[in-house]
Amino acid sequence: MTLIDLYSILPAATLIVWALFLLLANFWFSKRQPVWTPILAGAGLLASLVVSIFFTGKPMAGFGGFILVDGFSNFLTPLFAVTGIFAIGLAYDYLRRMGIQRGEYYTLLLFSISGMMLMASAGDLIIVFLALELLSIPLYVLSGFAHPRVDSQESALKYFLLGTFASGFFLFGTSLVFGAARTTNLTDILAIVSSGEADTMLLLIGSALMLAGFGFKIAAVPFHSWTPDVYQGAPSPVAAFMSVGAKAAGFAALIRVFSMIFPSLAAELTPIFWALAALTMVVGNVVAIAQTNLKRMLAYSSIAHAGYLLMAFVPFGDAVTRSNSVASALFYLTVYALASLGAWAVLIGMEGEDNQGTEISDLAGLGKTSPLSAAAMTVFMLSFTGIPLTLGFWGKFYLFRTAIEGGFVTLAVIGLITSLASAFYYLRVVVKMYFQEGQPEFHWNFWTSSVAIFTALALVVFSFMPGSLFDLALRSMLTGS
Amino acid sequence: MNIGLNPLLLVTFFPLVGALVVLLLKPKWKTALRWTALVTSLITFGLSIWMLTRFNDIDPEIQFELNLPWITLGNNQIGFHLGIDGISILMVLLTTFLMPLAILSTWKAVEERIKGFMAFFLLLEVGMLGVFLSLDMVLFYVFWEFTLIPMYFLIGLWGGERRVYAAVKFFLYTMAGSVLMLAGILWIGLQYGSFDLTQLSGSGLIPAAAQLWLFGAFGLAFAIKVPMFPLHSWLPDAHTEAPTAGSVILAGILLKMGAYGFLRFNLPLFPNATVTLAPWMAGLAVIGILYGAAVAYLQKDVKRLVAYSSISHLGFVVLGIFALNLQGLQGAILQMVNHGLSTGALFLIVGMLYERRHTRLLENFGGLWKVVPVLGTLALITTLSSVGLPGLNGFVSEFTILLGAFSSTVIGSPWFAGVATLGVILAAVYLLFMFQKLFLGPVTHEENKKLKDVSAREILILTPILIFAFWIGIYPKPFFMLMAPAVEKLTALVQSAALLAH
Repeated sequence: MTLIDLYSILPAATLIVWALFLLLANFWFSKRQPVWTPILAGAGLLASLVVSIFFTGKPMAGFGGFILVDGFSNFLTPLFAVTGIFAIGLAYDYLRRMGIQRGEYYTLLLFSISGMMLMASAGDLIIVFLALELLSIPLYVLSGFAHPRVDSQESALKYFLLGTFASGFFLFGTSLVFGAARTTNLTDILAIVSSGEADTMLLLIGSALMLAGFGFKIAAVPFHSWTPDVYQGAPSPVAAFMSVGAKAAGFAALIRVFSMIFPSLAAELTPIFWALAALTMVVGNVVAIAQTNLKRMLAYSSIAHAGYLLMAFVPFGDAVTRSNSVASALFYLTVYALASLGAWAVLIGMEGEDNQGTEISDLAGLGKTSPLSAAAMTVFMLSFTGIPLTLGFWGKFYLFRTAIEGGFVTLAVIGLITSLASAFYYLRVVVKMYFQEGQPEFHWNFWTSSVAIFTALALVVFSFMPGSLFDLALRSMLTGS
Repeated sequence: MNIGLNPLLLVTFFPLVGALVVLLLKPKWKTALRWTALVTSLITFGLSIWMLTRFNDIDPEIQFELNLPWITLGNNQIGFHLGIDGISILMVLLTTFLMPLAILSTWKAVEERIKGFMAFFLLLEVGMLGVFLSLDMVLFYVFWEFTLIPMYFLIGLWGGERRVYAAVKFFLYTMAGSVLMLAGILWIGLQYGSFDLTQLSGSGLIPAAAQLWLFGAFGLAFAIKVPMFPLHSWLPDAHTEAPTAGSVILAGILLKMGAYGFLRFNLPLFPNATVTLAPWMAGLAVIGILYGAAVAYLQKDVKRLVAYSSISHLGFVVLGIFALNLQGLQGAILQMVNHGLSTGALFLIVGMLYERRHTRLLENFGGLWKVVPVLGTLALITTLSSVGLPGLNGFVSEFTILLGAFSSTVIGSPWFAGVATLGVILAAVYLLFMFQKLFLGPVTHEENKKLKDVSAREILILTPILIFAFWIGIYPKPFFMLMAPAVEKLTALVQSAALLAH
């Protein structure tokens, strides 16, 4: 192992080492000063964030092509670290209030994030699989973290069973692609696929199986059915983290694998992506309308946003559009991450024992009793809808632009019409908070509220100058494109 | 160019300064909040007058242009591009003129959450001015959609009984129109590499086949906003449930955004489609004129009656626009101003009655002339100006529109104007019927006998509007002069496209 190899995985390695250290340190802190565990975990993430920004800047390959450090991973790695910091901010007060304060939570979180980071820079299908497991297994445990609560255990079991199925699909797909290309290295597969030596049929079946595996992770219809139950049962900070981190990691792998090695299969795969995107947008948004529980609504909304993200991905085979396709997906992911973490932060403030206070109707009167949280929630809802003066608008703007640039005007119109439908249920939250009277019980906490306020401010302030973020996303090129 | 002194930037964003000040004040300082909002809107009006004095009214081109690069995305530049011409200056003046009056009308009507009300109101002004001044399609869209948020809260928080329903309906209807417009904007930007209206207008870049569906995508957004029959059903609810000041702004200015959109986008960008579809648009406009009038006559609620009268009056605007000749367009623009004044004043009067009696049902009034003669006189003038009595403002614009529609070669038949004329008569029927039910006859209800006549503040609100009603009615020339060069340019542009098409 050379120094370059180490550099290439430095952010993830920092986290893993730190997590192991934290696991030991937690024995000491858990009895005396439990507050130190999250603080140290946050410090670890901060260190990883600094490392990812300053030390792995220039494109390179580590471990003989197993790890690719390029613009794409340089964009996503800090995003994962920041998501982790927010997830810790959301967790501390929640775990204490629910009586499930255990230091392992933070260790598992760090492991999961390191898996996501590896996922973003995976240069080999084996690494994709390892990263997938590294990020998923801690999440299975975390979903069941509210241990005595039945629905939390149900959530963990459901997520675990379906998750392993998805991993199985992915692995099976990998083996077929390996059979066709005689290698698992992405760069080598690309060379063999473009030389035309590989069996197209095997590649197609393999890619379809992989797509099923990723589809589960990103919660695309028809692989979405676990989402609402898992989000509702899992402890809310975990659900928040899953809705952002796991989805982003799934997309990272999807973009990495499909954009890098399967552009030549675009003719066959594009209609599949088209249908998946349309189906996910329609089903996610339409079913969300019927939800009365805020957690389930956010779950379906996260499904719907997976559909929008897939839409950016539909023109992936088009060499002209590809850079915009990746950039708009990454931009949208960032915007979605901010709004989703913020919305969950407000929800965590609302949540009491046994999922009390998470019905949408429980929000009634929040505008009067907690004006700042309600204002922040309004920003998140408007950003999800895509109304100007929130970053959500620019996210959709770029996304639809990509779809239209790729020639998929019908798909863009479907997306626009479903976002109109989404306005209906997002507005209902605003209606409840401001236009109806009530006495909601809001558990104010400095860290949780900070996440909400910070993300809301970011969504509004950056909407005046989205240009720099566009540039950042546009520079996130994949190796080989 | 000295950016700091660009009048457009000052006019557009000065209300934002006021809104920020309002946000810093304490909610319980009611008087301070009211005065801050009022003074802000008055200064904005002053700034727009200053802009008018520097405006060159024989120049048909865009003036005070400000074009700053804002965002770069691929091969697209999104510019912070503002500018004003003879068409938009009237809309800007109407906005800045009505705002202080609307704010003054809330003095007694809004007692709760004044801080939020004033902040949203001033933000709404920023949004509306931005819509009228934007010359970049994306910037326009940002302002256009942004106006939804303050208006949504104004209706939903300070509205009448069914305010939540009305607010959501307003939001969803408008958004339904604008999502397709966004698709159209993106398509144009990608296809022609620019979002800049000054580059695209009259450039002939867009082929006739594409123009048709683009006209539809943009036209749907504007037709919902105007609103044109059969997309009008959000309007009666929104207008009726909104607080008085909200109704004034909704009817006075927000609806004009739709008509303005037709003038600024559909006509210069898609001239061939405009010419092809003009008879259809004119037909819908005429249906709207008659339908609005007929339904207005049947209303029991005064505010709903005035709301339906808007549909009828805006029908004239659309008819004038799609006559596509000088008279039609000039009449349409003047009618936009006149409707803002007359209907704004009508809503203010309805609001004053509501503040006194807490009802808006026609059957609860009657014979008020004897009790409140001054209010009665003001209401009579307002009603007559809305009816279109010669000597008052409504007559001038409706007459010009009918003249334009009658001689229009594009819509091809004098019948449109002929049938629309019925609308003028019907307006007299339902508005005079309204006036009679409110003010004439015996006093039928005990409570009405003790009503107070108008206060000095209320006279102060209505007088400026009525002065303009007389001014435009007796001497409309300055208004026509102001818009003439820009309208001539627009007409020439569309007619040259029409010649090419035939």
